[in-house]
Amino acid sequence: MPKLIIDGNEIEVADGITLIQACEEAGVEIPRFCYHERLSIAGNCRMCLVEVVDAPKPVASCAMGVNELRPGRDGGPPEIRTNSETVKKAREGVMEFLLINHPLDCPICDQGGECDLQDQAMAYGVDGSRFIENKRAVEDKNVGPLIKTIMTRCIHCTRCVRFMTEIAGVEELGMTGRGEDAEITTYLEQGMMSELSGNVIDLCPVGALTSKPYAFAARPWELRKTESIDVMDAIGSNIRVDTRGREVMRILPRNNDDVNEEWISDKTRFVWDGLRTQRLDQPYVRVRGKLKPATWNDAFAAVARKVKGLSGSKLAAIAGDLAGAEDMFALKDLMTRLKSANMDCRQDGAIIDPAKGRASYLFNSEIAALEEADALLLVGTDPRWEASVLNSRIRRRWRAGAIKVGLIGPETDLTYEHDYIGAGPQSLADLASGKYDFFKTLKGAKRPMIIVGSGALARSDGAAVMAQVAKLADAAGVVKRGWNGFNVLHHAASRVAGLDLGFLPGKGGLDTAGILKAAQSGKVEIVFLLGADEIDMADLGKAFVVYIGTHGDAGAHRADVILPGAAYTEKSAIYVNTEGRPQMADRAVFPPGDAREDWAVLRALSAELGVPLEYDSLAELRSAMFAEYRHLAMIDEIDHSDGLDLSALSAGGARLTKQPFARTVTDYYLTNAIARASAIMGELSAMKAGVEKTGTDG
Amino acid sequence: MLKDEDRIFRNLYGFEDWGLKGAKKRGAWRGTKKLLEKGRDWIIEEIKASGLRGRGGAGFPTGLKWSFMPKESDGRPHYLVVNADESEPGTCKDREIMRHDPHLLIEGSLIASFAMGAHVGYIYIRGEFIHERERLQAAIDEAYDAKLIGKNNVHGYDFDLYLHHGAGAYICGEETALLESLEGKKGQPRLKPPFPANAGLYGAPTTVNNVESIAVAPDILRRGASWFAGLGRPNNTGTKLFCISGHVNRPCNVEEEMGITLKELLERHAGGVRGGWENLLAVIPGGSSVRCLPQDCCQSLNMDFDSLAALKSGLGTAAVIVMDKSTDIIRAIARLSYFYKHESCGQCTPCREGTGWMYRVLDRMARGEAEKREIDMLLEVTYQVEGHTICALGDAAAWPVQGLITHFRHVIEERIDQYSANPKPEGAVREPAAAE
Amino acid sequence: MSVRRLDPVQPDAFKFSPANLKWARDQMKKYPKGRQASAVIPLLWRAQEQHGGWLPEPALRAVADLLDMAYIRVYEVATFYTMFNLSPVGKYFVQLCGTTPCWLRGANDLKEVCRRVIGEQQQVTEDGLFSWLEVECLGACANAPMVQINKDYYEDLTAESFEQLLADLKAGREVKPGPQNGRQFSCPEGGPTTLMNGAAESKKSSAAKSTRTTKRKPSTARTKSATKRGGK
Repeated sequence: MPKLIIDGNEIEVADGITLIQACEEAGVEIPRFCYHERLSIAGNCRMCLVEVVDAPKPVASCAMGVNELRPGRDGGPPEIRTNSETVKKAREGVMEFLLINHPLDCPICDQGGECDLQDQAMAYGVDGSRFIENKRAVEDKNVGPLIKTIMTRCIHCTRCVRFMTEIAGVEELGMTGRGEDAEITTYLEQGMMSELSGNVIDLCPVGALTSKPYAFAARPWELRKTESIDVMDAIGSNIRVDTRGREVMRILPRNNDDVNEEWISDKTRFVWDGLRTQRLDQPYVRVRGKLKPATWNDAFAAVARKVKGLSGSKLAAIAGDLAGAEDMFALKDLMTRLKSANMDCRQDGAIIDPAKGRASYLFNSEIAALEEADALLLVGTDPRWEASVLNSRIRRRWRAGAIKVGLIGPETDLTYEHDYIGAGPQSLADLASGKYDFFKTLKGAKRPMIIVGSGALARSDGAAVMAQVAKLADAAGVVKRGWNGFNVLHHAASRVAGLDLGFLPGKGGLDTAGILKAAQSGKVEIVFLLGADEIDMADLGKAFVVYIGTHGDAGAHRADVILPGAAYTEKSAIYVNTEGRPQMADRAVFPPGDAREDWAVLRALSAELGVPLEYDSLAELRSAMFAEYRHLAMIDEIDHSDGLDLSALSAGGARLTKQPFARTVTDYYLTNAIARASAIMGELSAMKAGVEKTGTDG
Repeated sequence: MLKDEDRIFRNLYGFEDWGLKGAKKRGAWRGTKKLLEKGRDWIIEEIKASGLRGRGGAGFPTGLKWSFMPKESDGRPHYLVVNADESEPGTCKDREIMRHDPHLLIEGSLIASFAMGAHVGYIYIRGEFIHERERLQAAIDEAYDAKLIGKNNVHGYDFDLYLHHGAGAYICGEETALLESLEGKKGQPRLKPPFPANAGLYGAPTTVNNVESIAVAPDILRRGASWFAGLGRPNNTGTKLFCISGHVNRPCNVEEEMGITLKELLERHAGGVRGGWENLLAVIPGGSSVRCLPQDCCQSLNMDFDSLAALKSGLGTAAVIVMDKSTDIIRAIARLSYFYKHESCGQCTPCREGTGWMYRVLDRMARGEAEKREIDMLLEVTYQVEGHTICALGDAAAWPVQGLITHFRHVIEERIDQYSANPKPEGAVREPAAAE
Repeated sequence: MSVRRLDPVQPDAFKFSPANLKWARDQMKKYPKGRQASAVIPLLWRAQEQHGGWLPEPALRAVADLLDMAYIRVYEVATFYTMFNLSPVGKYFVQLCGTTPCWLRGANDLKEVCRRVIGEQQQVTEDGLFSWLEVECLGACANAPMVQINKDYYEDLTAESFEQLLADLKAGREVKPGPQNGRQFSCPEGGPTTLMNGAAESKKSSAAKSTRTTKRKPSTARTKSATKRGGK
């Protein structure tokens, strides 16, 4: 543990850290532009120069390891000065150089108010300019529909280049030319085809890369910032929803080292225009084949007329992928009061049996443990598109040369090298019996990991597949003392909460497939869809469909009664991510028009149906829910008390089919109703399809 | 004057056969095996004792540099990389070695590699030297064919030597930029530490040496460290290739003893300053990167590292650029500033932004279109660049300007006065210092 | 240096000739396994030679594919190194050194000749024979001023000898690279001040003559000698 003297104070710091980190630990702020904790060190902006006593020249603190420093004068600790005249001059000099060719367009720059260059110029610069030559102008680049470029503002820190290369794993950005003519660009200005590209907007310390959809829309100080949770996948990325009035203006990541670090996918970031379009902002009732606007009372009455007198077995409910825990709790409560056991939160038909323990359907090792894993088997999953941010962690581990990855399922570009083992269950079974070399890799690993995705479970032989995975996990020692590498990667944000809450067929009840079958045959007459849009609506036969949701998507088109609900930004709700981590989203805006929070809709409906739910506020609902499901109250904590029983899991299931595992995500940008309502997502989807057609992707 | 028998580069002007036969006749490859048999430590000690300082410009002791290489391999290969990216304005010495005496370089490469445990060497030659590249490759092929290098060679030390070329970038003469370039990237200097001896080419221990430093090594070992150390002055030993360009009567390259006076160097070999010694305005004594010296500093100037450093200039590559009194010194330095702007890699802020700024101010000053207070501002800008960059190009861009202002401030002031008195005289030079 | 962009007019495709492809694969063997990207500059250079002295966009992709590099990485290299011509050049591409040592000895006069005889920088003459570019120090300062035309250095030029040189090239007359004033390389004009024996001997030596070849061998012959060790 090296000792340093920083501005006169001696401190002891951890081995291997850099001087800039040491200064931070000493409570000294060092200005920087190019340095970023999660990217490789470039050392090019020169803003973080500090004085090392007796060194011939100032030292870039971001690039200097504390262990590399020579001892101080009499063998004492090296002495660092961050507030000396030398340092002040160095910073002023660098600041001046950065500004001489930077345009004076702050009043029309979207970065204004949250610009590192602005802030640091205030703190470390001087107030005048001595540069009277012509300023450099740089041509803007077209890099696709998400990122607006004003390249004259670029200060060449290369954060964006490093992010795309290192984290996103798509070598598309680079710095071309040299000297003062160096420019950041993609190859021939091709659009950036990365699912993580939007992060470069956050990384850009100036206004060179800004959000195209958000261009000139608002100033940061006008926005109300609400902490929330993303529902585009089951990672539960921590986000901040910025709103003005009733509108979501943009979505940004929040840092959470355990979940998404500080990255979010492009879908998470740019889906917000989908919150404004195709919205269900008032109830509808189908009259003579046509959906007609209705009052809440009329809509409730229409439902009540149908439900009255029907036995519970004629009713069913399916929860969609974006539902909050509270909504599912309320709907389950309602169904139970209506004496129906027909409900399911697995609209994709994934075969998961919560009776085998909570650990049988969680990402047990937790996402951050990917930093330790040294062998990883992916079964029926493509994390790049099902959990983009998680995939970037695997990539980082791979870049460090610390992990070997195997894949069973559709072959795909994961952004890192992997052993392709096979397409379906047979390969899995063979691997479990030790047939492939990768078995040795897995078995020999200290921290082996298996990730099972929906592609392996949402199929008729899902239980048998799970049994094979369990056998393999057992044989390869994936679960051991202090390490549980058995992981299920869900794609639906609602899934784990649904499973936790038991939004599943009750005794004698029907699952999704059963409900659809019964609806077709007329055995089920009323189906409640809680934002469930991913089932084939044609399978609902003649059933009376009550759709509670937000968008005019598949479910609403099939509905007989539409009860408009609240999107994830419009309600306070708990989402449990694939790790089993409950996280709470706050309401950023109110739902549009007459739409109401889903639990409140269900509460009101329950009264009309004569089975009133016993809570009149969200707080009351939550205390009822927490009373039953204690772990949901442990926000941000994962309850691992329910251990994994591999032998029980391996017992399950009948016979494996020969069918290869399918892709869970076929069109990344259009996986849910909000995304399908988004013009930006539509554009990206079309762009990606076009690129894939010409075969130059990845 | 250095005696002919003390010269190392006996075919400097290409009068003789450059090939293996000729080289052997001149003494190359003689007893190389015996030298290797004396062992790594002996070689390094001998080079240290000779006092050889790197010939690429920085003057770092070569033997010491070699000794930084790990004694044992930790599994990674060791590399020798020869810096033949000769691009410092004024410098044209390595070119002569490569086209007229390439075997000295090849033999030196084998010896240096042996001394640092490297079995592979790369010579990185600048892209413009196309014929030199062909010549050097032909010599390497000869050495392979004669089993002097390669696997199972007569020296009992496997050694592969590859020639690699650049494509027009001065910055690749900076050792870590050179390594980046050799790895197939843009030539942007790396942050140090880690130094190449720990993590160089492909992350493996690497030593980068200038062509001349490597080419003199065999002769030093053959003739003995004390022979080399006996030439020149303490801490500035041996012989040195001087490149004499500019306003002399007969520009040339010549091998001379380190520490020779400038006057003797110019008068004996280059026919003296054009118009006589008194017509000397200034010299840039060590390639474009060092501060120029006005005539009054040059009277009894010894051409070696320490003497020139004492005058805040430097021996650099020993490229002497002579300027007589007809020279527009502002324009001469402005043209160098343009060079550094052109060659800045663009990676780090002070150099990327500062080189262009310095050039543009100087270009105005050359026309007199400036304010006198801008002279001090320009000087401050040079200090803002100097010492704040990743590599030494920033310093190299700053020093010539500092030299100009230190020694020729009055010229700039006069030019400004002239301009303000008559901004648009007939026939005034309006052209910028370089055709952009 | 100005902003370097690919030429707006590009060929549809680029393919290495079989001989060059083989040469390229040999070059890649010079570097350790997995480090084939090291060969990017030599390969781009060969592509430029094959394509008449400039580097078309499809060649960047061809080289990237061959070396398993991302296109943007090759694009970075092609725009960073100034010897890669991104637009067509004349059959005789004149690179005129304008840096101080040459400038001191009259590079500006040569520039005037270029402007007069050829035209503006980077403009190819109508007959396609010439284009010129002011470049930075070419490392022949003791033989200043000088130009490089394609592979050859022409040194110790005057405005007159340079204009004659251009005229000779235009007329298809044989020209002699190297010093244009009869000097022996970088030996002082009029004879050496050192190594006098060598100079005397050389008069009888045939070896010396071989270093002063006046006529260039075809480039394929040079290619061969350069590849010989490629496979090692």
